[in-house]
Amino acid sequence: MSNITFTIDGQSCTAETGQTILEAARANGIYIPSLCWYEGMKPAGSCRICTVRVGGRYMAACTQPVSEGMAVENMAPDLEDMRKALVEMLFVEGNHMCPTCEKSGNCELQALAYRYQMLVPRFPYNFPVRRVEPAGTKILLEHNRCVKCLRCVRGVKAKDGRKVFGALHRAGRKKISVDPALASALPDRQAKEAMDRCPVGSILKKEVGFAVPIGQRKYDKTPIGSDIQKAEG
Amino acid sequence: MSSQAIIQGIVGRFHRDRGRLIDILRDVQAALGHIPPEAVSQVAGLLGLSTVDVEGVATYYHFFTPTPAGRYAVYLNDNIVSAFKGRAAVAEAFEKAAGCSFGETTPDGLIGLHSTSCIGMNDQEPAALINGVVFTNLTPVKVRAIVAAMKAGRPVASLVKTYGEGANRSRLVRSMVRNNIRRKGPVLFAPHIAGAALRKALARTPEEVITEVKKANLLGRGGAGFPTGLKWEFCRKEKESPHYLVCNADEGEPGTFKDRVILTERPKLLFEGMAIAGYAIGAREGILYLRAEYAYLRPHLEKSLADLRAARLLGRRIGGRKDFDFDVTIKLGAGAYICGEESALLESAEGARGEPRDRPPFPVQIGYLGKPTSVNNVETLCAGARILEKGADWFKAMGTPRSSGTKVLSVSGDCRLAGVYEIEFGTTVWQLLKMAGGTEAQAVQIGGPSGTCISRGQVNRTIGFEDLATGGSVIVIGPQRDLFDVVHNFMDFFIEESCGHCVPCRAGNAILKRKLEKVTSGKGTAKDLADLEAWGKIIKAASRCGLGQTSPNPILTTLQNFREHYDMRVRKDADFIPEFDLEAAVKPAASVTGQVLTAHEEAAHE
Repeated sequence: MSNITFTIDGQSCTAETGQTILEAARANGIYIPSLCWYEGMKPAGSCRICTVRVGGRYMAACTQPVSEGMAVENMAPDLEDMRKALVEMLFVEGNHMCPTCEKSGNCELQALAYRYQMLVPRFPYNFPVRRVEPAGTKILLEHNRCVKCLRCVRGVKAKDGRKVFGALHRAGRKKISVDPALASALPDRQAKEAMDRCPVGSILKKEVGFAVPIGQRKYDKTPIGSDIQKAEG
Repeated sequence: MSSQAIIQGIVGRFHRDRGRLIDILRDVQAALGHIPPEAVSQVAGLLGLSTVDVEGVATYYHFFTPTPAGRYAVYLNDNIVSAFKGRAAVAEAFEKAAGCSFGETTPDGLIGLHSTSCIGMNDQEPAALINGVVFTNLTPVKVRAIVAAMKAGRPVASLVKTYGEGANRSRLVRSMVRNNIRRKGPVLFAPHIAGAALRKALARTPEEVITEVKKANLLGRGGAGFPTGLKWEFCRKEKESPHYLVCNADEGEPGTFKDRVILTERPKLLFEGMAIAGYAIGAREGILYLRAEYAYLRPHLEKSLADLRAARLLGRRIGGRKDFDFDVTIKLGAGAYICGEESALLESAEGARGEPRDRPPFPVQIGYLGKPTSVNNVETLCAGARILEKGADWFKAMGTPRSSGTKVLSVSGDCRLAGVYEIEFGTTVWQLLKMAGGTEAQAVQIGGPSGTCISRGQVNRTIGFEDLATGGSVIVIGPQRDLFDVVHNFMDFFIEESCGHCVPCRAGNAILKRKLEKVTSGKGTAKDLADLEAWGKIIKAASRCGLGQTSPNPILTTLQNFREHYDMRVRKDADFIPEFDLEAAVKPAASVTGQVLTAHEEAAHE
């Protein structure tokens, strides 16, 4: 039941009470670029790529509920440049080597970089020293690629509800870690799910190969967002 | 007793309550001198949490350490005023005498040296916390005596020989900290008779109390200036119960220390203000969230609470009324600036990592333990009590039309009379500089690093919500200082204190700092200044909470008000200068291969 009317870049849209701007936009066939958001999970508002502007104020579309009469700016050039800058910040913050990455072609960060036609980030590379860490017996954590979107923290729980993944430290030292016992006890299905939900190649399930070759993966065929955005006339 | 038995005892004392995780870890840190992985696992097991939950909290807060912090753990303030007052020599004296560097612990585990963000002692720097005991006005001579005493195994408290004035001398504080109250105003520092305000408040309905506070135009004193009466009204109207009242005593903005003095000299006025706020919003429980740096005041504050209970001004049936119970518990932080942000504070009060929440919902809707909560600043609650005691008209007669009442300012830096000033809103910066003996200033930082840096040409601006809104930190920067030292220090502060949740704040500020370094090292061009401005704006616009939204201010406000300092540093003869020194970088390789290749030659080959 749609009971709210609002606009995105002037286009009229409808929404249900309690929907966020991002959810409502998707329901109306409008793509708001995002990275940390994942359908069905509580939003984290951490990547800020879905930042939109309403009445001159900036807000994350994934956490802000829609309200009646809202006029959302989504594709303004300066917002798009800000999103590109955020993608670039993630590229220089970690070590992202697409040609050797298992996730290439399915990676949402890579797909966003293509979308924004990122060639060389405007920011200098940080080249941090990060490790690849065994996280229990089932998975590896490839910290070089982690964007701290917290999808694993939010979405992967043990049978008794305890968190399997969590964030350690703060500031630039922040990193994702696991409870080793709980991570080792993950059923194969859940370990694969954790890997698949990771937007980058940071969570890798041990002892599996990659069946789909590069070139035939999700974003190799169609750009990110094209499944949501209605065909434009 | 074994470590396991100690931890078992601590967790038991807190009834295995997950909400007390920070209290538990504070006690583990105190008992074992650190929180090792085995302790994390054991605490997690006893609380039924995953290890990563406990480790997440243990690695978040500054005063928790995974390796021994030292039986004498020295935390030396590293803010800019400490640097002005001789921190470098003090730090060197500590290192020489102790025999280890900052960030290390001596091999025997006796002394650990750590740097820490502002500890709220800017009026008496250099200052340090040693096992929670405050040492102020440090000099290399004093440091050598302190280290000698530590090596002799003397208790830290016994090293405090002189006491500050007022309650600092009292049996329960016994601290060398000085109040330095330079100007007493009628709201905070006028004499206080316990109960006067609360009795008047209880003679009215909660709605009438809110109306009075709204009429007085009381705006939040933490700096954001949200109308207090409105916040109380929003909270009161929420249907969920119970309601909570939380006092934010986590002043962490570098350069602010006014709440320290209020907590020392006016704790009963504050608790009375909390009771009045509790009455107004319909809360029975109040929490004082006290920053870890002020833990030395806890016994003093507990005694004030006990006195008020004995006088029937707290506890059950306050003032003989059957329908009003209210009491206050004190919760301590563990070292994180961001916990001064109200939603991060609530996370921390619940025992979690102090990361801000998304808003909406606001704390008045979903706050402490998911219930409607009003979070108010120490000074705000005190002012609320005075408004009920003396009336809205009395309060509104002070200040300016938009900013009623007085403001307590913490003035420090290059001035003769650093300390606390309670002034009326509308006072100019110049008037303040005259009072404090800081008229030589080349710049004044208003509102701490997250505020604004003004030049001499702007000293006629006024303190107030219509012009310079501030939580109260005023840092006077003398003509002998390099302004870039200040800006670098502030950026380092934000980089360290970011919770790391959102990308622009976590990654962006480090990028911004690096760009600033390029400029100050003489490799900058006009393009770099344009980048600083553009990138700073992106961080402000995209960040999730107030920390990130203000973190580029040290750069942006000095770019705006001290442009000539930047212009003097940039090269006019080039459009672009690489940050990277190619010749230096290839030197080792070139020396091995015997090549002599300069960057210019290489460029010529291409």
